[in-house]
Amino acid sequence: MQRTTMDLWVGVFVMAGIGALLLLALKVGNLGTYSSAASYTLTGSFENIGGLKVKAPVKGAGVVVGRVTDIQFNTKTYDAVVTLSIDNRYQFPKDTFASILTSGLLGEQYIGLAAGGDETALKNGDKIMKTNSAMVLEEMIGRFLFDKASENKKTDDDKSGNGD
Amino acid sequence: MPRRIVIGIRGVGHRVIDSVWRLGYASRFFLLTLLKSGTSFRRFGLIIRELYFTGVLSLVIIVVSGLFVGMVLGLQGYETLQRFGAESAVGTMVALSLVRELGPVVAALLFASRAGSAITAEIGLMKATDQLAAMEMMAVDPIARVVAPRFWAGVISMPLLAAMFSIIGVFGGYMVAVVLIGVDEGSFWSQMQDAVDFRYDIVNGIIKTCVFGVAVTAIAVFEGYDAAPTAEGVSGATTRTVVTSALAILGLDFVLTSVMFRGMS
Repeated sequence: MQRTTMDLWVGVFVMAGIGALLLLALKVGNLGTYSSAASYTLTGSFENIGGLKVKAPVKGAGVVVGRVTDIQFNTKTYDAVVTLSIDNRYQFPKDTFASILTSGLLGEQYIGLAAGGDETALKNGDKIMKTNSAMVLEEMIGRFLFDKASENKKTDDDKSGNGD
Repeated sequence: MPRRIVIGIRGVGHRVIDSVWRLGYASRFFLLTLLKSGTSFRRFGLIIRELYFTGVLSLVIIVVSGLFVGMVLGLQGYETLQRFGAESAVGTMVALSLVRELGPVVAALLFASRAGSAITAEIGLMKATDQLAAMEMMAVDPIARVVAPRFWAGVISMPLLAAMFSIIGVFGGYMVAVVLIGVDEGSFWSQMQDAVDFRYDIVNGIIKTCVFGVAVTAIAVFEGYDAAPTAEGVSGATTRTVVTSALAILGLDFVLTSVMFRGMS
């Protein structure tokens, strides 16, 4: 085979391989969705974060506006301190409400931001004051059973009261 | 009776010593190949020639098998996931299994049987027809001239082939899941991009393919160089290349996976 044809084919091969690597990184992986350069960080304390993980999405009205970058346990107040990295394009007012939500019944957990009405916006390093913990299924069922039981007891008491 | 036992024990010892000797010989040969690869980088044309034979000619089998593996993954993944109403996660399943495991492993197995066996047969036949000895007579080092370029061509082309395998597989999964079955295209891609992490999944996959590339080509060139200079010896060496490479790939894959993906957060 001619040397130039061989060079051509090897060039095509190497370029196709590098192109495949790039496609893997950008289209299949998450490298294309990162915009780590322009972002600011906020923190928030939660009583219970449930199954929230680092890199979980932060959503405002369902749109991904940032990521969870760090989760720490505060030994003084005994709650979880979550650090969020928010895209610079999205500004939120000071009285924004952060709650831990679940996408679907079995889906992953994310932080939902609901904007308040304050004039001033949250700045880099600010703390979100209004937070809402994750729903823990066991606690919910426990509370439901407790309510149900006390309700029944109340009606029983009423019945016995009427009987007298 | 005791004499027979002694003979049996001696046989075991003989085999152990032989295989340890061969392992040491192979490691020394590997080091020698690395030491003498300066020439092949100074004369890069040698590597390009071998890249054509190991890389370009393996493209067809890699692309076609990647496409079919991805399509099967799409079908099977859809079959299972739709029972849980999670058919939009089929993209995640196809991409993660290809990038982490199937891409590197299947591409390396195909590479070993397509290119590794060819390297062994070529070097073995050169030895059988005294071409290597003739080179030495002309003061040309056969390791620097014949072995090293083939080794480096294999090491370079393996990650590229595996990346093509994975991307074509993802495309095959897309064809089946989105075009044929009708899974939502947006959630197919977005869930995939959410789940596949560049550093954790893709870089680890690339590291795997580099390790497999070194292992497969090192085994192939060694078996060729070590082959008995007869027709039977060359055929035996070719068989050993494919078998040893396959075992090495699967064993190394387990070790690498347990180091890379243990205790994911």
